[in-house]
Amino acid sequence: MGRLNVNLCGIELSNPVIPASGTFGYGYEYAELYDINCLGTFSFKGTTKDPRFGNPTPRIAECSSGMINAVGLQNPGVEKVVSEELPKLKMCFNKPVMANVSGFSVPDYAYTCEMLDKEEQVGWLEVNVSCPNVHGGGMSFGTDPKAAAEVTAAVKKVTTKPVIVKLSPNVTDIVSIAKACEDAGADGISLINTMLGMRIDLRTRKPIIANKMGGFSGSAIFPVAVRMVYQVANAVKVPVVGMGGVSSAEDVVEMMLAGATAVEVGAANLVNPFICRDIIEDLPRVMDQYGINTLSEIIGGVK
Amino acid sequence: MKQSYFEIISNTALTENVFKMELRGDVSHITAPGQFVNIKLEGLYLRRPISVCDVQGDTLTIIYKAVGKGTRLMSQMKEGKLDVLTGLGNGYDLTVAGEKPVLLGGGVGVPPMYMLARKLIAEGKQVRVILGFNTKNEVFYENEFRALGADVTVTTVDGSYGMKGFVTDAMKEMDYTYFYTCGPEPMLKAVYKTSVTSGQMSFEKRMGCGFGACMGCSCKTITGYKRICKEGPVMRKEEILWED
Repeated sequence: MGRLNVNLCGIELSNPVIPASGTFGYGYEYAELYDINCLGTFSFKGTTKDPRFGNPTPRIAECSSGMINAVGLQNPGVEKVVSEELPKLKMCFNKPVMANVSGFSVPDYAYTCEMLDKEEQVGWLEVNVSCPNVHGGGMSFGTDPKAAAEVTAAVKKVTTKPVIVKLSPNVTDIVSIAKACEDAGADGISLINTMLGMRIDLRTRKPIIANKMGGFSGSAIFPVAVRMVYQVANAVKVPVVGMGGVSSAEDVVEMMLAGATAVEVGAANLVNPFICRDIIEDLPRVMDQYGINTLSEIIGGVK
Repeated sequence: MKQSYFEIISNTALTENVFKMELRGDVSHITAPGQFVNIKLEGLYLRRPISVCDVQGDTLTIIYKAVGKGTRLMSQMKEGKLDVLTGLGNGYDLTVAGEKPVLLGGGVGVPPMYMLARKLIAEGKQVRVILGFNTKNEVFYENEFRALGADVTVTTVDGSYGMKGFVTDAMKEMDYTYFYTCGPEPMLKAVYKTSVTSGQMSFEKRMGCGFGACMGCSCKTITGYKRICKEGPVMRKEEILWED
């Protein structure tokens, strides 16, 4: 076993680095650039029961050290993901993949998860109850402990693989939501999704994003993510996947000290498409610098 | 697509706020006129997508308008290296041009027409170019297009230089086998309506990544959803679905 190995819900990862959903498509755009089998795994584009075009454009706005997106879960729907995207993914990635799922009702979530659970290559289901960019869905399930638990329980009932529930930071008490998901059977918790943000164009006096608001991500949100990962990891027994503004090997180590078993990298992929490979290659150097023998020993190691 | 570093060779003003930058580096992934590059700038989070004006030898020429933080920062650069993603977007298809294609560029939509004109002329086509600007002091690259051997018409909205009116006013009087265009969306719409042949137009949208990963620049077309950065920015007239 290598120095970088971690175990996420019973599945061994060669390293803790995971490109986050919505920044890595179904993998093949990046496979043109480098061998993506160096990744621990990746979380593929958020998938819903029905095909979605998503929100009107502009969907992107820049911020200091970050960006806002309001893509709105554009995806071809679970049937096409299974019949068209997963076969293409399999051509360039030979490890278990994390299937990211969103929905607009509890039965939606259960249906999509059940379909993806049957796919051999799917290792984990990451259930997104935190998308800030769709009305009447996504985040509304993740801002109420009862609703989040209901989704978790419904998904657990129809699936066999580890279920990781992805939480929103746009809440008063993230710990109560994480605990509710754990009690409902979640095998892991991932956080944080994007923070709700907004930018206004001074010239037109209109919001830059057509949907007005969107999800703020990028290195600017890293401290918020570390704080929330720390709070949740101290409150639940299941593994925590940390994300939010991670863009270096040092950030990965910091996230793991806060309590993350594995670490997702999101917006940074869009700026430097090689960032995940670079972080993985740089991790041994950073570990040496800080006297870390194996990464698994530092999980939750903050004093 | 390729990520590499380019050396700034020159960066000069063509008009009050339009600049031409020459960069030296690995241009092997730039395969067609109409493609773009995506440039990382110190202190700014997202890369800046800029269309390719020309590639000769190992020199990449881009022409950009200083309108926002990023392009204003670029306009002040004199030397140094830039982190650039190259080989982005589909580019124009030259094989369908016919003998007498017309190329219409509006404002900063002019630059991608340059390499396209050069390539079409090299193939022996009779190339007509219509360059549209608002006013005389915004005009650039007229002589460069003439030097290629293109038949050039310049239009200005206020009539202060060349023909008074829009590029479509000049287009109406022309006989052509195909059209290629790039410019602001109202101009593209006007060209779409005025044109009597098939053609291709290049679109612009706010992008996240520029290489097809984030779905930030999606649009609807007759043949399904497309990403401006990946399946575009060039679309065929027949597949365009105007949003309003």
